[in-house]
Amino acid sequence: MSANGASTSDAGVPAKKESKKPKYSKFTQQELPACKPLLTPGWVIAIFMIVGVIFIPIGAVTLLASNGVVEIVHAYHNECTRNLTTREAKIAYIENDQLDKTCNVQLRVTKDMDAPVYVYYQLDNFYQNHRRYVKSRNDQQLRGDSVNETTGCKPEATYNGQPILPCGLIAWSLFNDTYVFTRGGTQGLFVNKKGISWKSDREDKFGSILPSNFPNNQRDNTSLIGGGALNLSQPLNEQEDLIVWMRTAALPTFRKLYGKIEDDLKQGDTISVQIQNNYNTYTFGGGKKLVLSTTSWLGGKNSFLGIAYLTVGILSIFLALVFFLVHLRNPRPLGDPSYLSWNRKAQLTSNSAH
Amino acid sequence: MKRFVYINDGDLSPGVYCNNKISNTKYTLLNFLPKNLWEQFSRFMNKYFLLIACLQLWPLITPVNPASTWGPLILIFAVSATKEAWDDYGRYQLDKQANERNIWVVKKGVKTRVQAQDVQVGDILWLRDKDEVPCDLVLLGTSEPGGVCFVETAAIDGETDLKTRVAPPPCIGLTSDLLHKIKGVIECPTPDKDIRRFDANMRLFPPFIDNDFCSLTINNTLLQSCFLRNTEWACGVAVYTGNETKLGLSKGLPEPKLTAVDHMIDKLTGAIFLFQIIVVIILGVAGNAWRLSESQKIWYAKYSLKSSSWYEFLVIPLRFELLCSIMIPISIKVSLDLVKSVYSKFIDWDLQMYDEKTDTPAVATNTGISEDLGQVEYILTDKTGTLTENIMAFKRCCINRICYGETTGDALADPTLLRAVHEHVPEVIKFLKVMAVCNTVVPVKSHGILLYKAQSQDEEALVQAAAFLHMRLINRTASGVDVDFLGSMLQFEILDVLEFTSDRKRMSVIVRELRSRKIKMLTKGADETILPIVHPEQQCRPVIDAVERYSQMGLRTMCVAWRDLEEEEYSRWSVKFKEASSSVTDREWKVAEVCQLIETNLELLGATAIEDKLQEGVPETIQTLRKAGINFWMLTGDKQSTAIQIARSCNFVLPEPEGQLLHVQGRTQQEVQMSLERVLRTLRMSSTEPKDIAFVIDGLALEIALKHNKEDFEELAMLSKTAICCRVTPTQKAQLVELVKRCDYRTLAIGDGGNDVRMIQAAHVGVGISGREGLQAARAADFSLGKFRFLKRLILVHGRYSYNRTAFLSQYSVYKSLLICFIQIFFSFVSGVSGTSLFNSFSLMAYNVVYTSIPVMTTVTDKDLREETVLQNPQILYFCQAGRLINPSTFAGWFGRSLYHAAVVFLVTIHVYANEKCELEEMSMVAFSGCIWLQAFVVPLEMNMFTSIQVIGIFGNLVMFYIVNFAVSMVKWGGMHTIMYRICSQPAYWFAVLLIVVIGMGPVFALKYFRFVYRPNAINVLQHFERMAELASSGTAATESPLRSLEKGSIPLSVSSPNAELGSVYEPLLCDTPSSSLKRGGVTYSTDFIPSSPSTFTLSPYSRFKKN
Repeated sequence: MSANGASTSDAGVPAKKESKKPKYSKFTQQELPACKPLLTPGWVIAIFMIVGVIFIPIGAVTLLASNGVVEIVHAYHNECTRNLTTREAKIAYIENDQLDKTCNVQLRVTKDMDAPVYVYYQLDNFYQNHRRYVKSRNDQQLRGDSVNETTGCKPEATYNGQPILPCGLIAWSLFNDTYVFTRGGTQGLFVNKKGISWKSDREDKFGSILPSNFPNNQRDNTSLIGGGALNLSQPLNEQEDLIVWMRTAALPTFRKLYGKIEDDLKQGDTISVQIQNNYNTYTFGGGKKLVLSTTSWLGGKNSFLGIAYLTVGILSIFLALVFFLVHLRNPRPLGDPSYLSWNRKAQLTSNSAH
Repeated sequence: MKRFVYINDGDLSPGVYCNNKISNTKYTLLNFLPKNLWEQFSRFMNKYFLLIACLQLWPLITPVNPASTWGPLILIFAVSATKEAWDDYGRYQLDKQANERNIWVVKKGVKTRVQAQDVQVGDILWLRDKDEVPCDLVLLGTSEPGGVCFVETAAIDGETDLKTRVAPPPCIGLTSDLLHKIKGVIECPTPDKDIRRFDANMRLFPPFIDNDFCSLTINNTLLQSCFLRNTEWACGVAVYTGNETKLGLSKGLPEPKLTAVDHMIDKLTGAIFLFQIIVVIILGVAGNAWRLSESQKIWYAKYSLKSSSWYEFLVIPLRFELLCSIMIPISIKVSLDLVKSVYSKFIDWDLQMYDEKTDTPAVATNTGISEDLGQVEYILTDKTGTLTENIMAFKRCCINRICYGETTGDALADPTLLRAVHEHVPEVIKFLKVMAVCNTVVPVKSHGILLYKAQSQDEEALVQAAAFLHMRLINRTASGVDVDFLGSMLQFEILDVLEFTSDRKRMSVIVRELRSRKIKMLTKGADETILPIVHPEQQCRPVIDAVERYSQMGLRTMCVAWRDLEEEEYSRWSVKFKEASSSVTDREWKVAEVCQLIETNLELLGATAIEDKLQEGVPETIQTLRKAGINFWMLTGDKQSTAIQIARSCNFVLPEPEGQLLHVQGRTQQEVQMSLERVLRTLRMSSTEPKDIAFVIDGLALEIALKHNKEDFEELAMLSKTAICCRVTPTQKAQLVELVKRCDYRTLAIGDGGNDVRMIQAAHVGVGISGREGLQAARAADFSLGKFRFLKRLILVHGRYSYNRTAFLSQYSVYKSLLICFIQIFFSFVSGVSGTSLFNSFSLMAYNVVYTSIPVMTTVTDKDLREETVLQNPQILYFCQAGRLINPSTFAGWFGRSLYHAAVVFLVTIHVYANEKCELEEMSMVAFSGCIWLQAFVVPLEMNMFTSIQVIGIFGNLVMFYIVNFAVSMVKWGGMHTIMYRICSQPAYWFAVLLIVVIGMGPVFALKYFRFVYRPNAINVLQHFERMAELASSGTAATESPLRSLEKGSIPLSVSSPNAELGSVYEPLLCDTPSSSLKRGGVTYSTDFIPSSPSTFTLSPYSRFKKN
């Protein structure tokens, strides 16, 4: 009866066909050893507890670090426009080259500030991250690889038909307010402007080339007024104000380093600052602030991290407690018979409801 | 349309037909690039990506370097083009090999050796044993007597048995010298792809004139790619060549199947696209408004005073379009293709789906549709060879009112039958003669043993049984049959063969007994086709009863009949038959008509019953799959009572009173309609009861129902979970698949034979059993298995895991793209809505292609539940069937998560990096690191277990992120120069990242925990029990085995039932899809959960698993 079956299997044997049996390996059989964590109450409560226990100290430390930073912020954009009130007047004032823009400001040191004290200028409502602005530069040119390369610099690529060096809107809109500090009325405070930019920028991003054909240096009445002029006899990689400025900010409110005061400032000191209020923030209603700040291991004054860490830590412990209480009142360990009976009951009720 | 082939006469048809150059290649060297690109761009997603990439070439609007899109795009295109080119080159090589083969061809009367590609239509080809046939030939002569030769047709239909082919009668007996000179004409249809039909005529020219026309059938042909076997030589004339052969025409790729998940992904992609457009419009308007009001104020941006070009208003929207273009991730397609091919590899590799006996591993031919396996709702299965072994054994027979084998259970062991044979009882002899002669079995002598080569397992069983009863078929040629009966030789001349077709369901052979010169017609066939043509005066009752009884035992029955023909009657009929069988059009139908004329007034001899054993594990498999909520339909060509019997033994239908069988029957439209309505009424009434109702319908009633009562039948199909359709044709099988598909169900068709191919191709998922009926079904199928029982594992393990994995991967892919996109959108609000990108091009590209693709791809090794648990609780498949893991609400969850995470990353970053720290490049990397760190927690949270691969993939990726970025930070001219070193040395960076991770993950984690413990879904509950079993097995209570604890755990099987109720309240992300709740069948699901006896319910599959 099975002659045919036998013959086919016989025919198969002498041919010695390679078996098509798949090779065994843990991967091919999907049997790799694995750990299978389950979200059991114990684990989850522990994790939230641990997060809380870690976060609260971090929050405290960072908050302390932030509070340890002494910061003097002084907005001078209104004060330094000779008390002009309307926007138009302010614009007219700032755009007038003939007027003296000097303005004196008094700062009181409320707490001891240990050296170095960083001097920042803060701009508000200034979109350095604007699509038109942020790309308007040419890194090749800045590096000095090819000084005539101005791709991407529009609309500030050429001036009088010649390529601008450094080209682009960013360089052209260089911030040009200046500050001169004196302590107690007479004693000059030296502001160190060396080393305020990134070392890597000075060494690799900006070449040792002299600026040329820079429109702000050859100001005439036909061109729109830009920002500050450059020192035409100083190579770009030494013009640190420019280097700092060209590190564009990600937010419309930003601070940039102006310099460092390498003296301790004592509580009660009065610092007078002579400001050259040159930079036009009035057309777009932006603010200008002068900031003196010490620094901590975490950076400047910023209580966000501390508060956030404390809040999250507390919430986390709170959640852990809630889960713990819920677990106590309504325990559902794995395989608890009551769990089964709950199911059974629910099953019964749902059945009878049918 | 007809084609005339002039044999051996190249001058009469020069160059009309193509030469024999085979070309399977899709491309040529010239058209490769355009054709391949055109094909790739015919997909919506690719078009979209190309549009984006082109827009990016416009420097004014591009927020990022165009390379960040062009790079991956070109890579993807290059990879898929290279793959195509490589495949095509392989095909080209094979073609070349085939085309340059040397073939003996007679050209102008001279035998020469030419390359296969130079063969022309009309050439005479000479083939030797084991040669491959280079083109479609009409056989002219062979070395064997009677013009017979044997071919192996495996390359065409996958059937490995030898088939006989004969030269047409006029050519038989010609010597090879004459064959060199033979001339003639063959009238044949234009090339088609039907490999079972060749309706042609041949006429030989003088001096070979024999008679006018000689009809040709497929039995006179040698088709391309067959192999000549057991024949010294054969020669034939080329009729179809090159790509016009039957094989050449039947090649071609079937329509690609798309899975339900794919459709869902497409829909979601479409929704995202819409969302993207809306975002772009809103941001575009806002951006233009901002520009109009601010542009003259922000002097540093130096907007020109003059009104600018016309497209000015488009610039900002287009910039945002580009910024948001990553919402539809370019990586999703690549990752999906990748993981899908891994799923299919897992199927290929699975040792538990490997059949030792036949050395058949499971094969996933279609690598793209594994997820659909997990969503199957209807399985339409063939019976013979699929549910059964297809190993036929002759068990009983009924000859002349005497039933043999009643006591012994095996007719061959029944001494009364053996005695009857030895006593030459005339009815018994006649019966045995029909068994031995009326078939197409070829006896082959090998090493002195007589073997039977049969295309039908039933015929083989009958011939074997006849041989056992001393009626031994020993030789068969085209013209005659030799049978040895108790030492005496009976010789029959075969006059005509009235072939078996699935419509006729019977076969007759008209023979002349050489000794008595009498003409007889021997007929066998299904009872309902034989009984109506039996001589009206004959008493059929005993046979009918016997057939009824046999089929109730699940045996396959066949009626055997006989008719003595008068010489005159036969010759009159013979003319008509010849005419019909030489017609070129509608031959099959015409032949059937003519056959009916002579197949009348038969003498019914009796009935045979053949047993076909159920395959191992079939009832358990069906029970498990039915528990998984899958409905079974059995479509068989077998008769109703056999089908019902098999259905009962397969657990298709429970015995009364749980189960109920409803019959839809009738011969006329009214009868069928009434019957249908009655069944429907019963079904509607009992739809609330947990009763197992199946309907039974036969081919005829089905045809009527499908034609006239389609709506009723569709309702019936939806209400009834089980159906038994018997006596159905291959076309009806495919029609039924289409019907179920139209009701919006996912269908799986499984079968083993050529008659299942259409159904397999029509279904969403086609599964072929590589069985004894050949490999045809397995070839056409998306998956092929060695045995039916592997289907359980294929669906529950592979299908389910694939679905789960794809659901996670696709939604995650969209989530991570949305995340980065939302951050960009938030950033645009602090950058003057001008469309600045926060992230640099390199990071954006690497984010999609590397950092977020690699970790999630390790989901291919993830399993939510152990395989045993799933096999034990098949109900869990409901989650996949209802599409609970990927649907608009789960997607909304991911969408919300991406929005929340984007807000966390953005807000934390801008607050920590405020004031003096807010340098663009630095802040960008801080936010970016935040995203990457979040991913290192989002991915593990969604995974269920951690193998070494996952740990390496997820955390190795994080390490790689730093290595890559440190490397990039070393590049002096890059925008990222020193950035990574700077930020990594700042404590604030690490605090920010930690804060992002904890704020981002905390609520997600807490919510997941709450759901898992207090609002668990069925998967979670089973996870609990898995853990319980593990604890029990590893704990101190060594006596309590995991098996026992799982047994206890079997009670919450029913847990999904309350959950289904709670679902809408507590599981907003897991509620049923609208489509699933629309289905009337799906709702009654929960009642299935109540196990009739819990212990057998779970224990038996588990212990069975252990055995495996």
